[in-house]
Amino acid sequence: MSPGRERMTILAPEGMLGYGIPVRSLAEGIKREPDAIAVDAGSTDPGPYYLGAGVPFTSRRAVKRDLAMILEAAHGLAIPVLIGSAGGGGGRPHLEWTLDVYHEILREHGYHFRTAVIGAEVDKAWLKRKIAQGLVVPLDLDRALTAQEVDRSARIVAQMGFEPFIRALELGAHVVIAGRAYDPAVIGALPMRAGFDAGLVIHMGKILECGGAAAYPRHGADSLLGVIERDGFTVEPPNPDKICSVASVAAHSLYEKADPYLLHLPGGAIDLRETRFEQVTERAVRVTGTRFIPAAAYTLKLEGVVRVGYRTLTIAGVRDPILIAQLDTYLENVRRRVAETYPDGYRLLFHVYGRDGVMGRLEPTKEIRAHELGLVIEVVADDPDTSAAVLALARSVALHATYPGRKAIAGNLALPFSPSDMKGGEVYEFNIHHLVTVEDPLELFPIEILDT
Amino acid sequence: MRTIGELAAFVTSKNAGPFLLTLDIVFPDAETYRRFTALRVLDRGAVAGLYGVPADDVLKIIEFDPAFAIKITLRRPWGSGAVGESDVYGAQQHVPLMELRVPWEEP
Repeated sequence: MSPGRERMTILAPEGMLGYGIPVRSLAEGIKREPDAIAVDAGSTDPGPYYLGAGVPFTSRRAVKRDLAMILEAAHGLAIPVLIGSAGGGGGRPHLEWTLDVYHEILREHGYHFRTAVIGAEVDKAWLKRKIAQGLVVPLDLDRALTAQEVDRSARIVAQMGFEPFIRALELGAHVVIAGRAYDPAVIGALPMRAGFDAGLVIHMGKILECGGAAAYPRHGADSLLGVIERDGFTVEPPNPDKICSVASVAAHSLYEKADPYLLHLPGGAIDLRETRFEQVTERAVRVTGTRFIPAAAYTLKLEGVVRVGYRTLTIAGVRDPILIAQLDTYLENVRRRVAETYPDGYRLLFHVYGRDGVMGRLEPTKEIRAHELGLVIEVVADDPDTSAAVLALARSVALHATYPGRKAIAGNLALPFSPSDMKGGEVYEFNIHHLVTVEDPLELFPIEILDT
Repeated sequence: MRTIGELAAFVTSKNAGPFLLTLDIVFPDAETYRRFTALRVLDRGAVAGLYGVPADDVLKIIEFDPAFAIKITLRRPWGSGAVGESDVYGAQQHVPLMELRVPWEEP
């Protein structure tokens, strides 16, 4: 990397490591001689379980395939690889899991890379000191973070910004494998270090972090190329069957964001009010005008989860119209009968598909219009044995409970599976979604260099 | 009268973080977008009514000209994946908005 370069090309092979890089897209992308390959590997989208349990939401086989393709390409071109939010949740076990896959690939292929590993788990004592200093505020929530809430959390991570990646590159890393990270940081670290405009770098990162999602037709995992220059950047899919249009790129600026004009990140925000999207070829869109607004204080987003119990569930169908007509009374009767044996210490829930199973309390259609219903009976209790016992009773009561006008006296439910009761394992909920102000963008993120 | 689903290219819902739900309406062209926004049918009260939530839980309604799009962000009634929650990704909460009927004269 030389200072004063006029352009730099980043290849995002896919939007999520392990979703399946198309072979042709990667090959076409490599022909453009990118300066780095960068991929995001995590998200909170799959819910709180994966962060809490310390497991990935992608399959090991799929991650190994994709990572091996990326490392082979990077080895051939001698360019850096940056991976953020490793293992999905980006905590310590997620990082270890990713490194296990990584080392296996290195052994099998005989590769050697100077590797930086960046942790993102938050020490509870550190966070409690920040709370005491008044440096933690809620984000999209209305509850302040307390020391007790920190103590009961199963795992807490912080989203690192660009700085730890830039530091890892300065230390000579060819491969950077990082815990939880602000998604665009992996894409933008190399151009940011080279002094390209921060607003443009971040906006390009925002678009590339989802891989080919900003190209049409929008289906499947795919790659995207970003070429940054001093006064703008261009995005283009390497897959010759796809195009970037002004509509596809502009619409992607909406994706998963609360406000498309102002996107916050560690240390500031980008402002899209003056952004221009311009079709420069049939397949490429150029973006200009996005501005970086530095924040008065450098803040990091915290994500934490708490374990709230163990789940057991069963799936059943109901076809009888006499029962469907009095479903609520019937379910309340089941609940009451279960409570006669197990008065408390659990939560019993009925998900009624065909009525409001999808939207719950947001569902505006109150009456049942279906001729059959799907019923998921769920129990969450403090220990797995209680959870299984309460669910077993609820299932048998639901199967056999009588109701007025009942004709089908042999059973109320069609159970599609034997065994009928399924262990859902640990249940977690998000309990921390806050911002913490730090003095140093690196202070939470230890960088370890491995010469593999 | 036409539904938003008939007028728009896309109507989608998705999490914006674990505690927000964001709804996007993307129109196929500038003209449809401008005609729709000129109707001024989507305000916080109208969206709150569609989903049966307090108007204060409708945090933002933003017109995004570059994409011919309207973005609506709601507070989720519960966090993604919380016990009792029904849509971890928030991907199937768009239908009340898609089925909203608006006055629309065929040109």
